[in-house]
Amino acid sequence: MIEWFTWVQFGVGLAAALFCIVLGIARRIPNDYTVGSLALVELLLVVQLVIAIVSPFAGNHASGNVLEFYIYLVVALLLPPLSVIWALVDRTRWSNVVLGAGAFAVAVMVVRMLQIWTATVS
Amino acid sequence: MVQKKSTRAVGIGRVLIAVYAILALAATGRSVFQIATQFQQAPLAYALSGLSAIVYIMATVALIMRGRRWYAIAWGTISFELVGVLFVGLMSIIDPSVFVPSAKYAHSDHSTVWTYFGIGYGFVPLVLPVLGMLWLRHTRPAVEAEISASDESGSAASADGSVDPLADESAAGA
Repeated sequence: MIEWFTWVQFGVGLAAALFCIVLGIARRIPNDYTVGSLALVELLLVVQLVIAIVSPFAGNHASGNVLEFYIYLVVALLLPPLSVIWALVDRTRWSNVVLGAGAFAVAVMVVRMLQIWTATVS
Repeated sequence: MVQKKSTRAVGIGRVLIAVYAILALAATGRSVFQIATQFQQAPLAYALSGLSAIVYIMATVALIMRGRRWYAIAWGTISFELVGVLFVGLMSIIDPSVFVPSAKYAHSDHSTVWTYFGIGYGFVPLVLPVLGMLWLRHTRPAVEAEISASDESGSAASADGSVDPLADESAAGA
């Protein structure tokens, strides 16, 4: 896991969450930009997955529980697609808020993943 | 009124359902990990973690489904969550050894989604049941059925109100 990349991911997640929620409150229905922001969040998660797979081979080993890390990563990978499906099915402004909630959850989860990866377990 | 669709999955209620779904996923992921890898370390906390995950899934489904029975199930599961978060929240302060052997990370190790009133989840587990109850009260089936009928009585009530508009204004200002 690369720390700076994780914080970039956290920032993008928060920005996407804020963007989607603000547009939802402004009574906009989901558009290419709000759905696109979730696509970006998903893309960064896929990059994170690749980094997590490659890191141990480059000498970057997780000190925490790897299984717990991957449970978080897999659940996080599911959130953007599910919230985008939601936005495509339910064409109301509330779907933008749902997109925002998904992005926010991912942002929180990547920080938790960093804590797990770098945890000093007994 | 949209009677044919779910009476609870409308408007801002859909956001509530989405947040419930996310919390259900989070609780399920955590409890599966805890029970699969370290159940012996804290059986009570992990069993409770698994139970809370099931209850969150049930609450999510109950909020989506229509009908009086699902409405009752929604009330049951959401009430259970509120009791759970208050009880475990209090217990984690009174007797931390049961739910938080490692005080350094209140949200990790032996904790559940309810430990310290859900501090590891931004207190969402504490706030969500309250919002859920408000939403259920707002969309209760009896009210739903009465809404179309109550339009006339509602206009009659406003006619009554117009007799003394000052009283209405002071009530609104309070």
